[in-house]
Amino acid sequence: MDADFSLSTDAWDLHHRADRDRERHNQKVKEAIRRNLGAIISQQDIITADQGKIVKLPVRGLELPRIRYGDNDTEHVGQGPGGTRPGDVIGRAPASAEGTGKEAGTEPGVDFYEAELTVEELAELVFEDLFLPNLQERGVQQIPSEQAEFNSISRRGIASNLDRKRTLLEAWRRNARSGTPGWSVHREDLRFKTWEMVTEPHRNAVVFAMRDVSGSMGEFEAYICRSFYFWMLRFLQTRYASAEIVFITCHTEAHEVDEHTFFGLGDSGGTRMSEAYRLALQIIERRYNAREWNIYPFLFSDGYNWGDAECVDLMRQMVEICNLVGYGEIAEDVASRSLEFAPLGQAYAEAFAGEPRVCLVKINSREDVWPALQRFFSRQPGVMAKVAS
Amino acid sequence: MNASERADLERWIDLIQEAAHQSGLDFYPTHFEVAPDHVIYELGSYGLPARFSHWTFGRDYHHQKTLYEYGLARIYEIVFNTDPCQAFLLDSNSMLAHKFVVAHVLGHNDFFKNNTYFERTNRQMVEQVRVHGNRIRKYEETIGTDTVELFLDGALALADNFDPGLTAEFRPPVEPDEGSGKAPSSLSGTEYDDLWNIRVEKRPAGDASPAAPEPTRDLLGFLRDRAPSLARWQRDILDIVRDETLYFIPQMRTKILNEGWASFWHERILTSLPLTPEEHLEFRRLHASVISPGSRMTINPYYVGYTILRDIERRWNGETSDEAPEENWRGEPIQRAAGGGMEKLFEVRSMECDVTFLRKYLTRALVERLDLYTYRRDDSGGEARWVVQDAGWEKVRDTLVDSMTNFGLPIITVEDDDYMHRGELLLRHAWDGKDLDVDYTSRTLAYLARIWRKPVHLATNQSGQNVVLCHDGDTAASHAP
Repeated sequence: MDADFSLSTDAWDLHHRADRDRERHNQKVKEAIRRNLGAIISQQDIITADQGKIVKLPVRGLELPRIRYGDNDTEHVGQGPGGTRPGDVIGRAPASAEGTGKEAGTEPGVDFYEAELTVEELAELVFEDLFLPNLQERGVQQIPSEQAEFNSISRRGIASNLDRKRTLLEAWRRNARSGTPGWSVHREDLRFKTWEMVTEPHRNAVVFAMRDVSGSMGEFEAYICRSFYFWMLRFLQTRYASAEIVFITCHTEAHEVDEHTFFGLGDSGGTRMSEAYRLALQIIERRYNAREWNIYPFLFSDGYNWGDAECVDLMRQMVEICNLVGYGEIAEDVASRSLEFAPLGQAYAEAFAGEPRVCLVKINSREDVWPALQRFFSRQPGVMAKVAS
Repeated sequence: MNASERADLERWIDLIQEAAHQSGLDFYPTHFEVAPDHVIYELGSYGLPARFSHWTFGRDYHHQKTLYEYGLARIYEIVFNTDPCQAFLLDSNSMLAHKFVVAHVLGHNDFFKNNTYFERTNRQMVEQVRVHGNRIRKYEETIGTDTVELFLDGALALADNFDPGLTAEFRPPVEPDEGSGKAPSSLSGTEYDDLWNIRVEKRPAGDASPAAPEPTRDLLGFLRDRAPSLARWQRDILDIVRDETLYFIPQMRTKILNEGWASFWHERILTSLPLTPEEHLEFRRLHASVISPGSRMTINPYYVGYTILRDIERRWNGETSDEAPEENWRGEPIQRAAGGGMEKLFEVRSMECDVTFLRKYLTRALVERLDLYTYRRDDSGGEARWVVQDAGWEKVRDTLVDSMTNFGLPIITVEDDDYMHRGELLLRHAWDGKDLDVDYTSRTLAYLARIWRKPVHLATNQSGQNVVLCHDGDTAASHAP
């Protein structure tokens, strides 16, 4: 038999059929991450990650389930470079992620899809639904702040700025015009996002990050506190580039400190949170005129404090001049998941019931950091921001 | 590729085909297409050109392309079982790599044409798949991409539960919005029509209580024909996914043998070509990278298949090795006449699938040379570890064969479509000592329940106890049988 052949070297450059499905998959990855933000954002290695670092997030549900055998029950066959002996360990994986319960298998690359995001991309997802609440146009400086905004579309651009939606739309239109409806994309359909520098009226905003560093603040409390403020800081720096941040640590005395010291280890000694408020009020009076500044004081404590009534009084003064006053109380209380506040939180809850400018949260576990962020930084503080589910 | 390179490649393809013929390979005409990496990776992740869209293909594409871009993995070629055979060569390959791939492709082509498990495959599948893809695109336009995607998710999740005895067959394209309302049947068109159709004919159209079905393993076919309230587009999607799954069965069944065969031939043919010393070195390097151990958790089918075939050739050529002489079942030494190797290889290529191939020809010496072992997961001590259990050759061989029996998938039959007289669905798992992954199974049953629109039940065994797993589409439960 004389089998023949043919050879072709057609131009395949315009063939990009898989892009649509790849994009759809990316969307699903993001949705899955968004659903799990609570568990993700309080992970130690993310909080300590450098700028631009890629974090790997195990994402569940990005494969289709099948009726299949359990992995623990199955013996597999593998292949080594020679000399493999019984008892050799050929693979390891951390045990199922905490709090996720009975996850089926962690065989690398099989059960879990590892999404890779930079810390910045993750931050984008985290901040998608966060806002500085009650923000007013205040500020005499009126220095226009410049910001890049992707707000226009061009036919030329770099690949990373490809606007897939518009490109597909163009392709759809062109195909429809040519009488063969479909999604096939030609070069002429490509659309790219371009940016403009836009000037915004300056909105003066200052955030007071206050933390209890007394001896009763244990490792867990300190961790939660850092975790919350880490994301708050990133959020403010990303979305409100001109916002100022004042760091205050407090035990029996309050100190204004720099960022590095603030995130450092805790102190020891008694607890007198009224000192933190007193210092914040002094700073406001000296540096941040309430008519010109949006002011947001936040305090994290375990709620065991000297002089709660004094705190309530000072807080009342703050409510008068601030956009929102936040109080977060941390208790490692995983077993009972108690929602009861400690004495300081109770005092606030009684004094400020129904006050829309006061937002109180209780944090019992790492997963609560995300809801706390959502409650403080939503358009209507205290109301859960909407999360995609 | 410029005109002179192209002419050069054509000349080489001619030479390689000539060499393949001389050696006795028998293949379909081949169409070679030189394409850039994104096309190769797209074809690799979709399985067939112009297949329907789905995010899982996009995921696989992204994964493969990323590996390629980081230099971690590279697909040199893609070949489809069609007549004429369609092969895609990566345009960034060197000329030597092209020659290597062309010889490799001819091995696959010969295998497709002559292996018994491919006998009844649809050689027009590329066309068929294009038609399928167009139909699904139309559904997306009229019904909405999200709705169609959700349904496709379900169909694909259930596609593993097929009847391996069935094959994909060529059927004239169905227009999606026409037809008599009868569900399309893929069982028609064979000489056994009257047999297959007994069940179908027995069922009066529109009868509210159709006769109970025979137990079947063809889950998608069953749903297509009997799920109570599916729209026609949904039945069509079940049919399409089923048909495309069946098409891939022979490939799944013969992965090790087929890759081994193609590797055997790329080596044989390239050694016979007039290569320059540089090319010869590059060829040896390429060949060594193909024929090398995989990751420690899997076996490399190229390596295993190739090594076994070379061993068969040696043994049937009457050559001895330093291993113990082969004995027959009576314990007498086996003597083979010299020179029977090639004939034996062609017999193996025609007759075997992976299960029979490994069962018959994976010897003790090969298990040791290939460094094969069994391993299992061990969760003691707060981390998951995969630990080597056994390197005894019979245990390794049996475990490997066992893992390929029914493609390593649990055998599930549909037992009753009116379970407890409530119109619910009962499946049964043929338990063989290995428990199902309850979490995955439940999530799969959720898809099934949404298609069936009533609770579904799966009888199985967990840790020695008979149990029935249930799902109503929202929540999972289990009860005693």
